[in-house]
Amino acid sequence: QVKHPVISLRFVFIFIVQMGEFKVHRVRFFDYMPSAIRAMVFSTRTERLALARADGALEIFNFSDNYFQEKVMYGPRRVAVEALCWVGPRLFSAGLNGEITEYDLENLRPRYTVEAYGGPIWTISVNSQGTLLAVGCEDGTVKMFEVLKERIQFQRNLDRQKGRIISLSWHPSGTLIAAGMMDMIRIFDAETGRATHRLLVDRGAGASKSKEVVVWSIAFLSDHTIISSDSAGKVQIWDGLNGTLIRTHLITKWDVLALSVSQDESSLVAGTSEGTVVQFQFISSTVDRLDKDWVRTRTFKNHSHDVRALAHTETAVVSGGMDTQLVVRPLLDKVEKNTRESAMRKVSFPHRSLVCCAKKAGLLLFQFPDHLELWRLGESDGYGKLGGSLPVKRGPEKLIQLKRKGEDHICCSALSPCGGWLAYSTVTSFRLYRLQNGSISICKVSKLPKDLLPAHQLCFSTNSSKLFASSSNSSVVVVALNELECKYLGTLKAKYGCRQPVHQLSASDNGKWLATANTDCEVHVYNLDKLKLHCTVPVYGSCPTAMAIHPTTSNLVVVHADQQIFEYSLVKKEYTEWSRRLQKQGLHSMWLERDTPITHVTFNPKNPAHIIVHDMFMFCIIDKSLPLPEAKNVLYNQMALRSLPEPDRVLHSHGFKICKDFQHLLCVSLLEDHSLVVVERPLLDIVSQLPAPVRQKKFAT
Amino acid sequence: MAALYAGYTLRGLAPAQNRPNSGIQGVEAERDSDHVVVTDSTRCVTLYKVSDQKPLSCWTVKQGHTLTGAAVYNARTQEYVAVSDRKVIRIWKEDDIILDKAFKATVSSDVWRVHCVAGGDPVVLFHRGAVRLLDSLLSAPQQPIEEVLSPEEAISWSTNIVTESQQFVIFTTEQKGDHFLYLQRLNPNSLQRYHLEREEPGLSPLSFSVSYRDKHIRLLYLYPNGHVYESVVSVRAPVPEEGAQALPLPRSLLLSLPVGEGLLQAASAQELDEAHVAVVGVPHPSAGSGKDFLCIWNTNFQTLQAGKEMAGKIYGQLWSFWNKLFIPHGKTFSVIPYDCPKSSLASALGKQRQSLTNDQVLELIKVRIQFILGSLAKHFIIKMLNKSVFNLLMQTAPVEEVQREVQLLLSRTDTQDLQTSVGQLASTLASRSLNDPAFYTPSSLVQLVHTRYLCHSVCPDLVLLALERKDYFLCQLCLQFFPDIPEVVTCASLIAQEHEAGLNGFSLADEEDRSDNLAEGGATAQRDNEKASAAEQMCPVGLHKAVLLYPASARLLRSNICTMLSNVLFLQYLQFVYLKFSHDACKPTQGLRSPSLTQVMDWMGLLLDAHFTVLVMTPDVKDLLLNLHRFVKSQVRFVSELGKIEGSLQELDKMALKRDVGQYSIEIIELF
Repeated sequence: QVKHPVISLRFVFIFIVQMGEFKVHRVRFFDYMPSAIRAMVFSTRTERLALARADGALEIFNFSDNYFQEKVMYGPRRVAVEALCWVGPRLFSAGLNGEITEYDLENLRPRYTVEAYGGPIWTISVNSQGTLLAVGCEDGTVKMFEVLKERIQFQRNLDRQKGRIISLSWHPSGTLIAAGMMDMIRIFDAETGRATHRLLVDRGAGASKSKEVVVWSIAFLSDHTIISSDSAGKVQIWDGLNGTLIRTHLITKWDVLALSVSQDESSLVAGTSEGTVVQFQFISSTVDRLDKDWVRTRTFKNHSHDVRALAHTETAVVSGGMDTQLVVRPLLDKVEKNTRESAMRKVSFPHRSLVCCAKKAGLLLFQFPDHLELWRLGESDGYGKLGGSLPVKRGPEKLIQLKRKGEDHICCSALSPCGGWLAYSTVTSFRLYRLQNGSISICKVSKLPKDLLPAHQLCFSTNSSKLFASSSNSSVVVVALNELECKYLGTLKAKYGCRQPVHQLSASDNGKWLATANTDCEVHVYNLDKLKLHCTVPVYGSCPTAMAIHPTTSNLVVVHADQQIFEYSLVKKEYTEWSRRLQKQGLHSMWLERDTPITHVTFNPKNPAHIIVHDMFMFCIIDKSLPLPEAKNVLYNQMALRSLPEPDRVLHSHGFKICKDFQHLLCVSLLEDHSLVVVERPLLDIVSQLPAPVRQKKFAT
Repeated sequence: MAALYAGYTLRGLAPAQNRPNSGIQGVEAERDSDHVVVTDSTRCVTLYKVSDQKPLSCWTVKQGHTLTGAAVYNARTQEYVAVSDRKVIRIWKEDDIILDKAFKATVSSDVWRVHCVAGGDPVVLFHRGAVRLLDSLLSAPQQPIEEVLSPEEAISWSTNIVTESQQFVIFTTEQKGDHFLYLQRLNPNSLQRYHLEREEPGLSPLSFSVSYRDKHIRLLYLYPNGHVYESVVSVRAPVPEEGAQALPLPRSLLLSLPVGEGLLQAASAQELDEAHVAVVGVPHPSAGSGKDFLCIWNTNFQTLQAGKEMAGKIYGQLWSFWNKLFIPHGKTFSVIPYDCPKSSLASALGKQRQSLTNDQVLELIKVRIQFILGSLAKHFIIKMLNKSVFNLLMQTAPVEEVQREVQLLLSRTDTQDLQTSVGQLASTLASRSLNDPAFYTPSSLVQLVHTRYLCHSVCPDLVLLALERKDYFLCQLCLQFFPDIPEVVTCASLIAQEHEAGLNGFSLADEEDRSDNLAEGGATAQRDNEKASAAEQMCPVGLHKAVLLYPASARLLRSNICTMLSNVLFLQYLQFVYLKFSHDACKPTQGLRSPSLTQVMDWMGLLLDAHFTVLVMTPDVKDLLLNLHRFVKSQVRFVSELGKIEGSLQELDKMALKRDVGQYSIEIIELF
C-alpha cells in the first residue's frame, strides 16, 4: 500500500494545528516573596558562595557550575544570621541570638550550636590558618574559639571594650586582629589579647555630628593597611602600623554597609545603602611609578536597596541586599569580553520548584517558608480565539492554608497527583495529611515511620500509593500509603560513601522506577519492585537541575545546570539515539547562553515526542520528531513562524518551540486534560512589596 | 592627569597685526632638550637656549633673499641646513657668523623642505615630490630631479621619521579636494601612496602629526569640524608595484572636539603620547566660544585633561619637543612645559588600546595583497575589453547588436569596477548617436545610467542627446542620478521642455506607448491627466514636464535662479500634485520618481517663502494663490478635526492595552 502524498500532507497539516494549540491557566496568585540577603561569604577553595537571608535560610551556590543553587538549608525561624564564615569546607554562622552554629552540609541542618555568652553576635571571622574563630559581641568583647575537628571550643576573650564590636578582620599573619566599633577601630594583638591601637573614625558632617558612627565593615590587608567602611558614607584607608589615616573616600550620603577585598588584595568593593557598589583598585597613578594607591575606579548600580553583603571573587563582584536579588557582576578586565562569563547574572528565584501540581485533580500547592496554600484551578467553557482569553466560569479557589507547626521553616512539600495526600517536612518534623471530598476535609496521619526525618525532597508515586522522601546520606525512604495506615517499605541506598543530599526525585508513571539526583551530580535509578538499584546514569560534570521519566518509553530526561539535556533509556541502560544526536550536533548557542536553569521537566501524554521544560523566562516544548536547530537558525523563532503562511512553517520550524509570553515563571506543568498551567510571579510585583529605598534627591523634587 | 605648567615667552613676534601667519616658519630641535632653532618666515634663523629664554646666535640671509625652508640641525655633523630662494641649499656651522660666506649649492628643482631628525641623515624633499638624501644631492647638485606628483597635486605638509631599520619621509598632498599620504622609504627607496578618506565636502585637514610606535606609523589629523582621526600604517607593509593605485587609508575617529559655532579656522593637533593629544585653536568646552585655548585631551577616555588660555590670535601652529610645547600666539612665541603621566587607570579598566599582535599584522598584509591582486586583475579585464574589438563593435554594429553587447557587458563583469568602461561606453554611444541620426539605443543608455557609475562630467553629451531625441525618460534619469549637471544645462532642458509642452500639449500620441515604461510618478500623472481633463481640472504641465520637474525641482529650489515663468509653472504643478494627493490620500504613491506629500509641501513652502512678493505682484498668479489659500484653509480645518478623532481613538487604544492580566486567566496560545 502506498500512501497518497496529498493525504499525508493533510495529515501533517492537521497534526501541526492540533499540537500547536494549548489552553493555558495563567496563575498569578502565588504571592511568593523572597527574603532579603543578609550576609554572604565566598570560599575560593571550593568555589562555593554561602548566602544567608533575613528569614534564616542559608543557600549554597556553586560558582564553578553555572552559579547553581546547590543547597538550601533552614535554620530555626528565630535565628537571624548576621555573619557567615567558611573554615575550609565547614560553614559557620553567628547571629543576634548570641549563638555560633555549624552546619551539616550533607544533611542540610545545623550540626550544633554554641552559646557565646556575649549578647548578640555581630560578626565572625576566622584566621587564615583556619584555627581560630573570632566573634564580635554586643557587650564589647572579642571572643576566640578554637576550631577543633568535630566542634569549636571557647578559648578566651580579648580586652573588653566599651561599645559593641560590629566588624572584625584578621591580619593574614594571624597575629593581629582589627575590630570595627562605634566611632573607632581597635587593633588587638591576638596572642596577648591587648588592644594596641585605637583609630578614631570621624562622624558625619552636619546634623549627624551628634550620631555615633558605626564601622560596618573592616578589612586588614597583609601590608598592614586597614580599610574601613562606616555609617557616615566613608571608605577609609588606614596605616595599621602607625594607626594613622591615609585617605578618606566619601562615596555616599548614607551607610557603606559591606566591604570585600579580592584574594590578591589589588581590588576592593564597597556596598552602600543607595544600592551602589563602588570598586577601588590598588594601582599606581602612572604606569612607570611604583607607589600604589587605592583609587576609586568603578561604580555599579544593580540594586534598588541596601547592599548588605558582598563577595569579591577572582573575576566578579557578587552583591546582594534588601532587594533580595543575588547579582554576579563580572569585572571586564578579568574576563574575556562578550563571552558567557562576561554577562551579568541575577538570581531572583530559587533554583528548585516551590509549586507542586496535582495533574489529575487540577490542584496547586504553593510552598511558603511558614505555610502551605492549596488552590483549585478555575474552569471555563467554550472556545475562544487564539491569543485571547476565555471567560472564566469558575474562578480559582483557595482550599486550604496550612500553617506549619512549631518555629521551623518548611523545607519541602508535595501533593499527590490525585490530590488526596499532602506532605511537608521541616528540619525537625514531618507531617502527612489526607485530603478528602475535594479537599474540604483534611486529616493528619499519625504514626509515621521515624525514618522519614530529615526529608530534603518529597515525591508521590503517580497512583498515589507510595511516598518517597530523600533522607540523610543520599538515601530515599519509601513509604506505602493506604486509607488506614502508612507503612515503611524500605530505604533505597545507592552505595557506600555517597553522602551528598538528594535534591531531585522522579517516579515513573508505571510505578516501576524512581530516579534520584544528588548534588555530587550522580543520578541513580531504582527498581521499585525490588527496592534495589537498577542503574546509575554516567556522571556528567554539571549538577542536574530537573529530571523526569517518560510515561511510555521509560526514558529519563535530565537537564543540567550548564543547560545540557540528556535522555537515557532505562530499559537499554544507554543514552538514546536522540540524545546522542543532540550531543553530536550540540545545543544552540542561544540555548546555552540562557542564565537561569531549567527547573521542571514534564511530558505531553498525547504526543510522546514532546518534552516540556521551563526556566524563569520561557517555557519550551522540545519536539523530538523535528530537526534540531542548527547554529545558523534562529532559536526564538515563534514570532517569525507566526507571520509565515501555513505550508512554509514546516520548512522553518525546528525542535525547540520556545514561548516567552509568560515571564518570571515558577512552574509550568501539563494537566491531564492537556491544558497548561503556568505560575508567574512578575519581578515587578516583588519589587512593589519591598520597603521604600533610601530617599535620594532627584532633580526637581 | 596630564598637566600644562606655567609657560614663558621665548621671544616676541613682529608686530604685524593683521598678518594671517605668525612669522615663524619652523621650529626644530637642536643638540639637546634645551636648544631649538627657530626660522623666520623671512630671512632669519635663530638658535635659542630655551630655559634662559634668550638667543645664542642668529644668522640672516642678505636683503633680497628669503628663507623658503626651515633650518634644521644635523646632529652628526653639527651643521645647520636651510633653503633660501627655493633652490639654494645653505649649510653652516655654529661658529659661522655671516651666512653668505658659508657653503651654498644651487639645485635644479624647487625644494619644499629639508628634513633631519636625530639618528637620521638630512633629506631633501622637492616640490614635485622627489626625495634625495642631502649628501647624494650635494655630490651632483645639478642632477635632474624627477616629478612624482601630478601637475595639480601640491604638498601640504611633510615630515621625516626614523625607525629601527629605516628612514621615512612622509608627506601629504592635495589634489582637487582629495588628500593623499605619501610614504617614501629610503634605502631601499620605495614610495607608497594612500588616499585619505573624504570628510564632509570642502573640508581639508588643518594639521597633521605623525608618531611611530610598535612598528606602526600613526598619522593624526584634525579637520575643521573638530574631528581628529588616526590612521595607522605598518612600516612593514608590502612594497607596491610601480604605478599602483593609491590605497585607501583606513581611519578611526579618535576625538570629536567641540568646535562651537562655525568651523575651526586655525587649529592644530599634536600627538603627545599614545593617550594624549595637544590641541590649539579649539574652544575650551566650558569656557565659551573663544578659540584661543591650548588643551590636552585624553583619547582613551575622551576627557579634557588640561587647558590654558592663550592670549591673542592663534595661528594654528604648534610644535612639541621634549615635553615642551612651542606656540606662537598674539605677539609672543611661548614655551609651555607639559607632563603626560601614563595613567594606569586605562589598563585597569580594560580601556587601553591593545597594539596589534603579529597575527593581526599578517592578516592585514594578506588583505592588502589580495586587494592589490584584485585590482590588478580587474584592470586587466577592462583593458582587454576596451581594446579595439569592443570599441569597434560599438562604433559600427547595428542597434540590436549594440544593445545585446551592452547587456552582456553589464551582466558579465563583476560590477565593482565597471566605472571606467561604463563611462567610455556611454560617451561612445552618445557621440555616435549625435553624429548618426539613424542610430539610437535608448534602452542601453538607460541601463548604463542605471548603473549609477555615470555622471555629467564623464559623458556631457548624454543630456544633450536625450534632449535632442526628446527622450524625456532618459532626461529625467540623468537629472536624477547625475550629481553634477550644471544649472545652465538643467535650465536649458527645462526651457526646451516648456516649449515642447506648449507646442504639443497632451497630443503626443507616440509617447503614449512609452508611458508604460515610465516610472510610477509619470504614469500616475498621465492617468490623472486623463481623469482630470474630464473634470475641468488639468495638470498645468505636460507629462514630460512633470516627469522632468520632479528631479530638477530640488536642484532648482536650492539655487534661486528660477525664472518667473518656471516659478509659476512649478507652483501650478505642485498645486496639482497636492490636490491629487488630498483626493486619494489613502492610495500609497511610493516609488522613486514620484514626490511624496511632505516633499510637495516642503517645496511649496520654499517656493512661496522665496518668491512671495514677486508672486503676489503677478496678476495671473493671484487666482492660483487664492485658490491655494482656500484649499489649504479647508485642509487645516479638516486635519484639526481628524486630530481630535485621532486623540479619542488613541485613548481607546490605550484602554485596550491596559487590559490587566489579573490574578488568574485562562488563555489560548499557539505554538508553531
